[in-house]
Amino acid sequence: MALKEVPARPAEASAREPHRGRLLEVENLTVEFRTPYGVVNAVNGISYTLDAGETLAILGESGSGKSVSAQAVMGLIESPPGFITQGAIRFRGVDLLTIEESERRSVRGQKIAMIFQDALTSLNPVFSVGYQIAEMFMVHRDMPKRDAKKKAVELMERVGIPSAAERVNDYPHQFSGGMRQRVMIAMALSLDPDILIADEPTTALDVTVQAQIMELLDALQSETGMGLILITHDLGVVADVADRVIVMYAGKIVETGSVYDVYANPAHPYAEGLMQSIPRLDQKGVELNPIKGSPPNLMRIPSGCPFHPRCPYRQDVCVTDEPPLYEVSADRRSACHFWQDVLAGKARRA
Amino acid sequence: MTATALNKEPILRVEGLVKHFPLTRGIVFKKQVGAVRAVDGVDFDLYPGETLGLVGESGCGKSTTARLLLRLEQATGGHAYYKGQDIFQMNKRELRELRRNIQIVFQDPYASLNPRMTVGDIISEPWEIHRGVVPKGQRDAKVQELLEVVGLHPDHKNRYPHQFSGGQRQRVGVARALALNPEIILLDEPVSALDVSVQAQVVNLLERLQNEFSLSFIFIAHDLSVVRHISDRVAVMYLGKIVEMGTHADVYERPSHPYTQALLSAVPVPDPTKRGRGARIVLTGDVPSPANPPSGCRFRTRCWKAQDICAEEVPALIDRGQGHPSACHFAEVKEVVA
Repeated sequence: MALKEVPARPAEASAREPHRGRLLEVENLTVEFRTPYGVVNAVNGISYTLDAGETLAILGESGSGKSVSAQAVMGLIESPPGFITQGAIRFRGVDLLTIEESERRSVRGQKIAMIFQDALTSLNPVFSVGYQIAEMFMVHRDMPKRDAKKKAVELMERVGIPSAAERVNDYPHQFSGGMRQRVMIAMALSLDPDILIADEPTTALDVTVQAQIMELLDALQSETGMGLILITHDLGVVADVADRVIVMYAGKIVETGSVYDVYANPAHPYAEGLMQSIPRLDQKGVELNPIKGSPPNLMRIPSGCPFHPRCPYRQDVCVTDEPPLYEVSADRRSACHFWQDVLAGKARRA
Repeated sequence: MTATALNKEPILRVEGLVKHFPLTRGIVFKKQVGAVRAVDGVDFDLYPGETLGLVGESGCGKSTTARLLLRLEQATGGHAYYKGQDIFQMNKRELRELRRNIQIVFQDPYASLNPRMTVGDIISEPWEIHRGVVPKGQRDAKVQELLEVVGLHPDHKNRYPHQFSGGQRQRVGVARALALNPEIILLDEPVSALDVSVQAQVVNLLERLQNEFSLSFIFIAHDLSVVRHISDRVAVMYLGKIVEMGTHADVYERPSHPYTQALLSAVPVPDPTKRGRGARIVLTGDVPSPANPPSGCRFRTRCWKAQDICAEEVPALIDRGQGHPSACHFAEVKEVVA
């Protein structure tokens, strides 16, 4: 599916030339939160790219920095306490961190949209869902109210809300969890964004509804050619829809590559540990091999490699030297000094 | 914890369990206008030493079932027998004894531990109520022993819950459940709130404790993968009823109820090479309200097999030739998990 061209100003067009299809470039992004108890190092120098039509999954546990990195891209980090201390976020070549807030606003929601885990708290309870969707057109497109309402009904139909015309004046609490998430998706897609960031979009939903929502996102993506960043802790969902995966731990990228490579043969001990510790629906009787310990406190990230206290491959160098992202293959990186050993599965359960 | 000892007597027998929560209108003159049928006729047995998995989506009545068994809620109807004794007929003294033998571990390890009590106090509190289980002089030593059993450091007994991570807190919850040497532990979503890498630790711990103390578990979860891993037998619930029941092999390898098939096929398998495997059954619509469930078979509004009979007649939970009970008029084995 061809990328939907966004009408751009001439100045933007020239800057966009070398980025054919490349929508987003995040470089060395570092986010910290200064709290009364100390500095929380939420994101510690991550870099990644996103192309049009691509699904990038950011996989990590709570506190891995996956959501904060996405909020930084959206410009949703409240400051203080949050500070982006380093890095660049380039959308079609323009660094979003250096532009004026007014310009930023034209990107947020219009070019880059986001949906959240909890659709009930993300929607305003005192306005009808139809109004909230229509508001997007009225505010950003100066559309008259009646036309905007009509567009809202169209969108609700497009995201699979049954009898949309009758439900357009209903309030969020009158919808089920899955339907609310569809409303969120409708709002996010209303202005034809280039990038959709989905932050745990199905975590609060039941598994049969999760399947519906993922299917919808998949269909909408191939229809519009947008880039999709999927943030989740669910290895199953990632395996189902992602092209590329980034595995995060303690605010850093520990492994990145095609989802097929990473799942078939992880090159970082944390990724390997995750794969071995989840029970699988298609397996019974295989003993779970959990990762020892628990994720680190982001105020006191361990020295060297942050994973070393839990790592079966640990050697002395891991405690002192922080591993760079080693090149495993052309499109694959691992932040482990001993990635060759991990690939060879030296500490893996037989 | 492998083969179910079918020749043994069940330790817990549940028959026709019903719980309707009244829906009322008015403040001073309350009148009942309906009922949420949270649990609507559930039967199952639990045998000594086995794990019965109770799976279903939110609102299917699985947690209410657990709360009814401990009489944390009063049942509207039905019977539950613990070693032949009807739980719902028990007097105060008998009930206290029952609650010693059946313990519960809750989902949220953040909310279920008192933040103002040390872990040692939390674990030893049951002995204040059930006096005589552990004499006062031995309590300290016993707390330390329990902490060790669940994989925590004995010195941690003077710490407060907030000083522990989620996984460690859930271990404290398990230690508290073990304090009274129960025979049955009801595990209500015990790992759902934990990080992926920590879930496996707690699952392994539960399996080890079951062998060590010959416990019987009712494992309630919405995560079908975890349930498959830990359960000997599995019951699938939908809108207050069990729709299918059998050994884990029956339910996972030979599911015969359309809902079970849809549920299993909806679970994403963490293996990208299996993407698009078989035909995923994506259900349309949402779960109907338990206040107004569909007539006949409750799943019929979302079922692709639904015929006229499904609206008229409630399908019984019986074996229709598929080898295990299934509450579908058109039960038919279909393999959905590779």
